[in-house]
Amino acid sequence: MTEYLQLFWATYSTVIYTVGVHSMLALSIYLTLSCGLLSLGNAAFMGIGAYTAALATLRLGLPFGEALALGGLLPGLAALVIGIPTLRLSGVYLAMATLGFGEVVRVVFLNLEITGGSMGLSGIPMKTQLWHIVAILAVLVYGFVRLRHSKIGRAFEAIKEDETAAKVMGINITSYKLLAFVLGAILAGVAGGLNAHFTFFVSPREYGFDPAVDILTAAIFGGTGSFVGPMVGSAILAILPELLRFLKAFRLAVNGLILILVVIYLPNGIWDRKLFARFRRKGSV
Amino acid sequence: MIAQQLVNALTLGSVYALFALGFTLVFGVLEVMNLAHGAVFMAGAYAALVLVTKANLGIWVALPLAMLVSGALGLLIDQVVLKPLRARRAHHLMPMIATIGVGILMTNAAQGIFGTDTSRFPFGTIPEESFQVGTIRITDLQVAIVIISFVLMVLLLVILKRTRLGKAARAVAENPQTSYLLGINVEGVFRLISFTAAALGGGAGVLIGLSFNAVSPFMGQPLMPKGIAVIILGGMGDMRGAMVGGLFLGVAEVMGVAYFSSDYRDAVAFGLLFLILLVRPSGLFGRAMERKA
Amino acid sequence: MLRINGLTKEFGGLLGLDHVSFPVPEGVIYGLIGPNGAGKTTLFNLITGTFKSTAGTVHLNNKLLTGLPPHRITQAGIGRTFQNIRIFREMNLLENVMVGMHTHLRYGLAGTLLALPSHSREEKRGRERARELLSWVSLDNKATIEAGSLSYGEQRKLELARALATEPKVLLIDEPAAGMNPAETEELMAQIIGISRRGYTILLIEHDMRLVMGVCQRIAVLNFGKLIAEGPPGEIRCNPEVIEAYLGKDV
Repeated sequence: MTEYLQLFWATYSTVIYTVGVHSMLALSIYLTLSCGLLSLGNAAFMGIGAYTAALATLRLGLPFGEALALGGLLPGLAALVIGIPTLRLSGVYLAMATLGFGEVVRVVFLNLEITGGSMGLSGIPMKTQLWHIVAILAVLVYGFVRLRHSKIGRAFEAIKEDETAAKVMGINITSYKLLAFVLGAILAGVAGGLNAHFTFFVSPREYGFDPAVDILTAAIFGGTGSFVGPMVGSAILAILPELLRFLKAFRLAVNGLILILVVIYLPNGIWDRKLFARFRRKGSV
Repeated sequence: MIAQQLVNALTLGSVYALFALGFTLVFGVLEVMNLAHGAVFMAGAYAALVLVTKANLGIWVALPLAMLVSGALGLLIDQVVLKPLRARRAHHLMPMIATIGVGILMTNAAQGIFGTDTSRFPFGTIPEESFQVGTIRITDLQVAIVIISFVLMVLLLVILKRTRLGKAARAVAENPQTSYLLGINVEGVFRLISFTAAALGGGAGVLIGLSFNAVSPFMGQPLMPKGIAVIILGGMGDMRGAMVGGLFLGVAEVMGVAYFSSDYRDAVAFGLLFLILLVRPSGLFGRAMERKA
Repeated sequence: MLRINGLTKEFGGLLGLDHVSFPVPEGVIYGLIGPNGAGKTTLFNLITGTFKSTAGTVHLNNKLLTGLPPHRITQAGIGRTFQNIRIFREMNLLENVMVGMHTHLRYGLAGTLLALPSHSREEKRGRERARELLSWVSLDNKATIEAGSLSYGEQRKLELARALATEPKVLLIDEPAAGMNPAETEELMAQIIGISRRGYTILLIEHDMRLVMGVCQRIAVLNFGKLIAEGPPGEIRCNPEVIEAYLGKDV
């Protein structure tokens, strides 16, 4: 029995880690979406976290915990810097600013010596273990459940539905948007740090626009009605490329197609409680 | 030296302006941030390439045809993707997300069809001649690009200001519900604008493709943040702003590359964007942003 | 209590509101009437900070409100309902009202995440208060249903309860009777009087004259952004300028 488990682990551990990290990333963008914000820069935040944590381990010799903490802190600061001027304006500005930010980060990583240029950083020690990912996800789930029944969660929902009404309720919408944005960035950064320490290397290619869209697709596909949706979405979409290998180059085009189809036909994603309720009713008749 | 750079800047800037204009049109009239505009830009370039290589057309014939093709694509995107969302009164971020999907679909489809390598126009397509004005060397191609860009932009502005069609478009941009009540065919305006904006974007793609003699599936990607920077710089939804912003970006980029470093070229746009957001978010020509309660 | 002084709002050359001044005394039900487009909702938007005024000031008990961001104005004590109903459709009634209590629930992010007693205590208090407010508008039996599935009249009542949750000193109510039948309007009148009796000062925009005359103790009349009359209902009813504004010059 244990032999079987060991074999299973040897074969699939990377996939499981990847699903775990992608879930975190999907949750990071869910956090901003739950406030009505679209951030296209979460892959860039992930990249900053990955590079920071990797450099902390490689050059500064910091223990894993501290490296991860730094990996979360720096993106958080970056988010603060971008967020403060842009969040007092309409949400479209944030989407655009984060899009631009992603590009800049990619270019910077490509050109700085300390980040290893186009070669990136390699030889990062394997430090991530399953319990790290499980523990962090558990804490996140707990956090989201607590948020849902709190004034903060309600404030996010109110802002998402109707900013004007939310303001009139006494909610400082800019502060709350900033909170969601910065927390999302920290989460993405930590995910990046975890990712770097089991893929052994980081390169600029992994953190540009395409990965940012992958994360968004996973969250929207899963459904933004609750925090479960993005986790389900990223699990499915992490496994999908394996199944769709035969499509070769068109495999990535499918991501785009999924995004379009979900937005038009399944606006609440696949994890839609109302959809389930309808199915249950049909089944019982 | 600086004058030579200005010539290059003018050429680049006028194409940026053309691209940004199409982008602004859709944003102003349809109130959608069309993130597939970069892919349409790329499609225009490929359309021209295919017309030149497979149909043996001269480049100046291929250009308008390629614009028609991109225009049709833009129309298709509006009818298939954006229209159902309008009918459903979806959350305002949804169309933007959907256009992201369209862009990915198109970019990767192009990759599958044409491969990832950069393609070049066949020898002889692009005019090689140039002339001197004092110490400055100007190529015929640069002249052509600037003239075509400006003609297209001026044409658009004239149509918007002087014709009934243009007035209808501006009315819809101001307030779609009221326009509808006044008898304007709002959906018709949306269709027309989608077509026109995409045609302009595709045209810009052809011109850039000629300018660098490079066509690749990813050529539209760095342009999206730049287009966005331009419309914020010029003022969201303002046509003149888009044009001025585009020119300004062209100058900033070329000067930045010439006098600082070429590595960070793509980052110039974002730097500008950020500066503007800090100092004057409504942009150079933007109207004050009070929304209805 | 609420002092409006020379309040002006210009929209690109047009004066939406033209140097309007009047005081709203404490505890009264104060009516704001005028033909469509007279500037009534604009006035509300200026008081709540949704629009920035071109000139003029608004004071609440000598505290200057003009220039403050909307959420601070609400926190200072101005509550409001909207003409075109802005309830949070995806939340249930209880949650809607609890959003109104946002500023008055005393706990923060730490309390939520660390499950501190302040969180559960305040949430409980919030739920109880929300139920109480819903009962004032007879909606407490529907507390857990989704707000989007309420009828039009019920949605208006929900907006009232939610605005009351912000613990306003002055409650701005914008056309609450729009789209209601006579029976619903009667019930609404009683509810507004009931709310006033609990000590709230009310500023009410309404077109239904029976409701306005029956409920308001003082009335201000706007036309084309200007204040053309101000006083008790008896005076307003007979004021020739007011009659002219509503019925036109040929009467």
